[in-house]
Amino acid sequence: MKVALLITCLTENFFPRAGVAAVKVLEHLGCEVHFPRDQTCCGQPMFNSGHHAHARDLAERTVRIFAPWEHVVTPSASCAAMVREHYPALLADDPALRAAAESLAHRTHEFASFLTRVLNFDPRAHGLRWDGAATYHPACHLRALAREGAPDATPALLRSIDGLRYTPLDRADQCCGFGGLFAVTYPDLSGAMARDKADAVRATGANALVCNDAGCAMNITGACRRAGRGEAPRTLSLAEVLAEALGLMPEPRASVGDENGSEAPQP
Amino acid sequence: MSSPAHPTGPVASAPAPGGDHLLEPPLPYRMAPRLARATKDIQLQQFVATATRLKDTKRIASFEATFGDRLGAVRDLAASIKQHTLDHLDHYLEQFIDNAQRAGAIVHYAADAAEARNICLRIARDTNSTLCVKSKSMVTEEIRLLPALEAAGVKTVETDLGEFILQLDGDAPSHIVTPMIHKDRTAVARAFVRELGAPYTEDPAQLTGIAREHLRGLYRRADLGITGANFLVASTGSVVVCTNEGNAGFCISGTRTHIVVAGIEKLIPGPEHLAVLLKLLARSSTAQPLTVYTTLITGPRKQHDPDGPDQGGVHIILLDNGRTDLLRRGGPGGAREILRCIRCGACLNACPVFRKAGGGHAYGAVYSGPIGAILTPSLKGLHNYPDLPHASSLCGACGDACPVCIDIPAHLIRLRAEMTGLGLPRGMRARKAVIALWTFLLKHPRLYRLAAATQRTILRALADDGPGAPDPMADRRWLSALPGPAAAWTQHRDFPTPPAADFRSWWTAHERARHGGRDS
Repeated sequence: MKVALLITCLTENFFPRAGVAAVKVLEHLGCEVHFPRDQTCCGQPMFNSGHHAHARDLAERTVRIFAPWEHVVTPSASCAAMVREHYPALLADDPALRAAAESLAHRTHEFASFLTRVLNFDPRAHGLRWDGAATYHPACHLRALAREGAPDATPALLRSIDGLRYTPLDRADQCCGFGGLFAVTYPDLSGAMARDKADAVRATGANALVCNDAGCAMNITGACRRAGRGEAPRTLSLAEVLAEALGLMPEPRASVGDENGSEAPQP
Repeated sequence: MSSPAHPTGPVASAPAPGGDHLLEPPLPYRMAPRLARATKDIQLQQFVATATRLKDTKRIASFEATFGDRLGAVRDLAASIKQHTLDHLDHYLEQFIDNAQRAGAIVHYAADAAEARNICLRIARDTNSTLCVKSKSMVTEEIRLLPALEAAGVKTVETDLGEFILQLDGDAPSHIVTPMIHKDRTAVARAFVRELGAPYTEDPAQLTGIAREHLRGLYRRADLGITGANFLVASTGSVVVCTNEGNAGFCISGTRTHIVVAGIEKLIPGPEHLAVLLKLLARSSTAQPLTVYTTLITGPRKQHDPDGPDQGGVHIILLDNGRTDLLRRGGPGGAREILRCIRCGACLNACPVFRKAGGGHAYGAVYSGPIGAILTPSLKGLHNYPDLPHASSLCGACGDACPVCIDIPAHLIRLRAEMTGLGLPRGMRARKAVIALWTFLLKHPRLYRLAAATQRTILRALADDGPGAPDPMADRRWLSALPGPAAAWTQHRDFPTPPAADFRSWWTAHERARHGGRDS
């Protein structure tokens, strides 16, 4: 099965390990993974802030870039929702593009949902092992995907991993306050929401926070660090948990440095 | 409906001076000053959080218990009833007016707030009314009716307990349904001592008793009663008013003259539709199966009725005040959809921003919270409320809570888009330029990669890692203070740097190992 990775801009630049993990897990499960190099950003920040001409341009180039692949998988929930929910309407002025956008919307999957719904991934068949206490923040955009009939598969996957002690977050469905530009235009509101989320994370006692959206991850970890005076749980995507649980990626240790270092040339 | 009693807590925040000003601030209204106060007032946030969370949790449980997996179908039905009525509003308005007149009501049409106020004042003058009792009504707040009546010499008393207390305190409602969500019972106790000469007590039953005693006397003496309407039933010409205190009933039965003020969007075709909407309204608002009182007014007192307004004494004022402008924008996702709102307040209770904003006052208008953030700019002009559509993380909790399926986040985004076509207020112009530049980079992959590399270098150079242990995640570092506008982020959170190695370098090496260098 040919799969193109839509890594998305925030994940690529701030959480590249999530992209690496997604590639490794997908390849492990028999997918042929491609990375279209011209991809940049899905246009979500432009769309959400009301700059729809810019968002349209970025949607158009994303639709063209990902046209050749049967499946498009992204580790970012909000970008999956952007492509699935908003691209067709953004490109409605051009019938051919609209059709291409609708096709991409159907072919684009959030990572966890791709695993369970397309690959029929059965965690019990893989001998997953990951030692530690983890909690999980569901990105709000997963609600939008769930409304379309793709309920969030992550908690069930986490629970199926041997050794992983899963504690749900109190008020898990409460927004972390990221909201893209909202985080900097209304810092007091956003910061207060992020503090609530950080408190909930701390209350679980987990040493790992799983989150499938780079924006939320950045916001919550930043708030955890601020509240914990530099101490914060490790934040990672489901893809990273699975890659580690499948033995495809080492679990990084504190102060060890870049776990990708053995493979990646230093810039 | 009644206001929540906060179980514990010391003295509430001082009464906000000038209730009018809170709902009618100078325009354009900017949120920042009130938000700055509210986000520092932890106690206020706790009052609002406790009450809204409780209501939100109870709403979800009550929907689950009553409708189970039929909830989606029930919401769709309610949405379609409201949408159908709006799509044929001319027809149903005509029908309602005919039937209400046949039942003996006098129907007025007011194009704007001033006209609606003038009609009320004229009726008060013609009936020589000097004391008016009114029940809770958002639309009378919208037209600022109470101050107009008082200025004309008609003493007007709010009879909803929450609104009564706010009136005593010179304060303004901060929630559509539970207007004194920002106060606790000690504030009520103090207001009763000060304004009514009552003994100090914090006991909710005693406080309610004091208000009841005071209000009962007024009901008997009042000449004029005013209510809003939760629904207008076209096929019968009836007005439906829902309360939990029965005060609307007293406002109607005890007075010679009664005025109903209702937005034209309150219409529904027939009583059979009430069956659906009343259930959703009460559950969405307060998780009740129905409100304690559902009062139907169909014309004045009939021959054998023991009480009720005189012949010619029932007036219904149908208010436009910007609504037909919204009606004109029909179609999928059009602004007309906003008029489906039944003012249940569920979106306010579900909204994390509303909680952190300390309730409705931060929204600078009668309608607050998520629905206010789309309704207020739509009715009063986007240029007058430029911040409201932006003060949302677009988390979607509001849309999920809405019993008539208003896609509130989509409307927030639509209004943001409309705003980019207007003259932007300060702060937003700079953002527009940044976004244009950002988009330019994103359309040119080489420039994008260069910018990403530069960003990595700069952020890593600025990293201070703050206090504490090194981050275990790869070689990520942290900044505790970002420069320029990005400092807004680091006011409350640390900011991560990109790791030293980027994804594309890893991918190149990975590809080389896999296929001997084939790129996608």
